[in-house]
Amino acid sequence: MLYREAGDFKTSYEEDSQTFPIAFDRYRYWVVLAFAFLVVPFIINDYWANAIVVPFLIYAIAAIGLNILTGYCGQVSLGTGGFMAVGAYACYKLMTSFPDVSIVIHIILAGGITAAVGAAFGLPSLRIKGFYLAVATLAAQFFLVWLFNKVSWFYNYSASGQINAPERTVFGVPVTGPNTEAWAQYLICLVFVTVCAIVARNLTRGSLGRTWMSIRDMDIAAEIIGVNPLKAKLTAFAVSSFFIGIAGALFFAVYLGAVEVGEAFGIQKSFLVLFMIIIGGLGSIFGSFAGAAFLVVLPVVLKVIGVDLLGWPTDLVAHFQLVIVGALIMFFLIKEPHGLAQLWRLAKEKLRLWPFPY
Amino acid sequence: MKDMLTPYVTDDGRQIGETLMDMRNITLRFGGVEAIKDISFNIQEGEIRAIIGPNGAGKSSMLNVISGFYNPQEGEVWFRGKKRPPMKPFQVARLGIARTFQNIALFEGMSVLDNVMTGRLNHMNASMFSQALWKGRAEREETENREAVERVIDFLEIQAIRKTPVGRLPYGLKKRVELARALAAEPKLLLLDEPMAGMNVEEKEDMSRFILDVNDEFGTTIALIEHDMGVVMDLSDRVIVMDYGRKIGDGTPHEVRNNQEVIDAYLGVSHD
Repeated sequence: MLYREAGDFKTSYEEDSQTFPIAFDRYRYWVVLAFAFLVVPFIINDYWANAIVVPFLIYAIAAIGLNILTGYCGQVSLGTGGFMAVGAYACYKLMTSFPDVSIVIHIILAGGITAAVGAAFGLPSLRIKGFYLAVATLAAQFFLVWLFNKVSWFYNYSASGQINAPERTVFGVPVTGPNTEAWAQYLICLVFVTVCAIVARNLTRGSLGRTWMSIRDMDIAAEIIGVNPLKAKLTAFAVSSFFIGIAGALFFAVYLGAVEVGEAFGIQKSFLVLFMIIIGGLGSIFGSFAGAAFLVVLPVVLKVIGVDLLGWPTDLVAHFQLVIVGALIMFFLIKEPHGLAQLWRLAKEKLRLWPFPY
Repeated sequence: MKDMLTPYVTDDGRQIGETLMDMRNITLRFGGVEAIKDISFNIQEGEIRAIIGPNGAGKSSMLNVISGFYNPQEGEVWFRGKKRPPMKPFQVARLGIARTFQNIALFEGMSVLDNVMTGRLNHMNASMFSQALWKGRAEREETENREAVERVIDFLEIQAIRKTPVGRLPYGLKKRVELARALAAEPKLLLLDEPMAGMNVEEKEDMSRFILDVNDEFGTTIALIEHDMGVVMDLSDRVIVMDYGRKIGDGTPHEVRNNQEVIDAYLGVSHD
């Protein structure tokens, strides 16, 4: 009975095209935001931040990025890990070259650099589609990882080949480096997630989003209404890579602190983010969050159940985890190809009428 | 055939203007096959112009030449008094030529409203930055164009299905949504590729009414391909008849109907 739209009349087109047209959704959105900003920072501890919340927020940004490219514009990409690496290394080079500039600006600039790289690797998309494009982006993935391993300028000639985030502060509070408190880590990621999600939502509900979706659904028809396919695909690659670059920069600077490129940004990262948007729902910002939450929380839950409750050996649980995640992905693809976002939509549609059947 | 290159008044009293589109000696080849052989015709402002002919006559190829999918090997395309260089379809769209497809080409994953809104993309040019913040120009444009789109939605009587995903609609409505998308662009020239294919009598009557209304109220020039002869003869001001890539007739429906070559092409001719 809570979830009703009867009586919720719209009298202007602005009201009708807002992000949450149903009043209840709007209130819930503000409640979630208020909880995330005003309550969680006071109760979060190191374990929760490192195991669940911070990776969830960072992966959500990456998933939003990939969702713009794959979910909204229909261009499959397996280069996510490589583009995250570009963001991380760009951020590292900026941090060490200009130590006086704010880390926030560095992270945004790292996103910008990744956008340029992404657009360059998006050029083949004008000629090739589908699986073949996926393979072309796979080349980007391997090339970028190789590049950051091979050219020592990128890791400032350090002997280990790793990059380490020096300490940087925002308003006097350290957000990178070993002295970072959990809540500071959490807050900076949360701010970036919130801004990224709002920007992504605005871009996808406006004319740019329609341009992308028209290319995804039928590129011939898109051309006939005046969409320049070159521009549409390249903007999708650039915007998508911008978000992925920010995710990569945060992943390195705020979350891990020290990164070896092949380990942190290898092909498995590309697949992980791809699974997130498939499970969460292609073409949905909410789906990006749902997918990221699902794949971050699931291993933790399985570990808690297996090791702590049932007392099984850790390695056995780790293997089981792979099997279960794989099985769940298959289950989802068969049962609900549109992902968790579709389940959520269906639940809302049912709720609008509940408890009446029609 | 009487020469009708100058403005004229139709039987029902509509004023037809100057030449809007002029096709001069168009030849289109696919490898060794000549799909269109040296065809010339014009479309005048305010006209409803039909292209008819048996299957494989080259009608759709002709429409594809006009909308820029194919560039003819020979001949010139003149639009609004200027020679049009070889162009990509999206550039043609920006000149003010919109079209629908024989087998519906809608964006299945989007709602009816979003589909029709895509028709307005050429009227929207807010910067990406403005769109990202949803402030200033982007927000204003969204509302202005929504108003324009709502007028088209009202006009075609599809208000009730605005928010429905296109994939869920029946065939007849999809055709109408596709027409709405083309109309939303406010084209100078509207190309309709078999707008009534696969419809029942009632749907055909509705669609005919819409085509006449579009022409009447917006003054849109329309070129259409259609197989239903009754519809063609009723709707169009002038008809081009094609057969095997050649033009075998051009004139008012009455003239075309009495053209011996046209009768032969449609009814067959005995070879004795």
